[in-house]
Amino acid sequence: MKIIILGCGKIGRKLALILSQEENEITIIDRNSDSFRKLAKSFKGTTVLGSGVNREVLKRAGINRADYFIAVTEKDNTNIMTAEIAKDVFKVANILALVKDPVRAGAYQELDLNTLCPTEIIVKMIAASITEKKKGGLGD
Amino acid sequence: MYIVIVGAGKVGYNLAKLLLKGEHEVSVIEKSKERYSTVVDDLGEAVIYGDGVESTVLKEAGANRADVLVAVTGDDEDNLVICQMAKVMFLVPRTIARINDPENEDIFTGLGIDATVSSTMIINSLIEQKVDATLIMPLLTLNGGNIEVVQAEMSGSSALANKLVSQIKLPPDCILIAVLRANEIIIPRGDTLLKANDVIISLVKKENEKALYDLLA
Repeated sequence: MKIIILGCGKIGRKLALILSQEENEITIIDRNSDSFRKLAKSFKGTTVLGSGVNREVLKRAGINRADYFIAVTEKDNTNIMTAEIAKDVFKVANILALVKDPVRAGAYQELDLNTLCPTEIIVKMIAASITEKKKGGLGD
Repeated sequence: MYIVIVGAGKVGYNLAKLLLKGEHEVSVIEKSKERYSTVVDDLGEAVIYGDGVESTVLKEAGANRADVLVAVTGDDEDNLVICQMAKVMFLVPRTIARINDPENEDIFTGLGIDATVSSTMIINSLIEQKVDATLIMPLLTLNGGNIEVVQAEMSGSSALANKLVSQIKLPPDCILIAVLRANEIIIPRGDTLLKANDVIISLVKKENEKALYDLLA
């Protein structure tokens, strides 16, 4: 599968590494060339330098034949905008945008943009583990 | 009308001042403390300190009763998301976004932003006009740039000089709005005589601007 990851930060790098160990073609985009240096040696994909909002950069990354577009930069709004471009302009089938602000994450989810909110996930996990404990399901 | 502006930089600040003069109710949201302190003396209660990307700040600014929201920060991603959030969460009827990178214009339009303003494009087209030595100057752009209100001076050798308005043939999709002569403003009628050096204000479709220019030159 062809997977594009936008943002070569902690999440992007780790994701790129894990996914590139399977039979995937990974391209990681970042606008800071320094960030690529932190990629593990075992990363087998390609890197593209540039802004993800720029359609030429996305084309260079091969977005026209991408199965997945995953936006995990530091900035919520960059992730939202690029995910919208990937979805609406390039018709990528699977989209995921990291959105730290729970309100924005919820609003865009309503708009049919697949968002992932760390706060929501952590809260749900903690709440679930507490509920589990109550039931006596966990630990002993 | 109640207008919420996000970003009190040069554009947002001057827009707020202009709108306040026009008896509108205005709030400007600014996220930099430093910039906020600079403009608060002048704008007073109209300026709110906070990040306009945050829905709580928009709510506090009364976005839910805003007639128009204008996002004029220096960041296109922020402007897009602010306008989209205003539409979805606060049902603001009209959103206007500033575009810093002209390439983003069609994306914004495709994503439901009602109107976009690109200073780069406006400045470019102004410079282009000057460089062309064209005497047509756009005053107002409507319908996403398809129709313009333009101002142009008529040269002595123009085919229109010393003609009555009823005698001239303008390019298609072009009408005369006003004629400026010395300090006089003339609303043209059939019996108005056009003279060299008259400044003509007209409404014209962009594609016919060249024909209008040829006629006036």
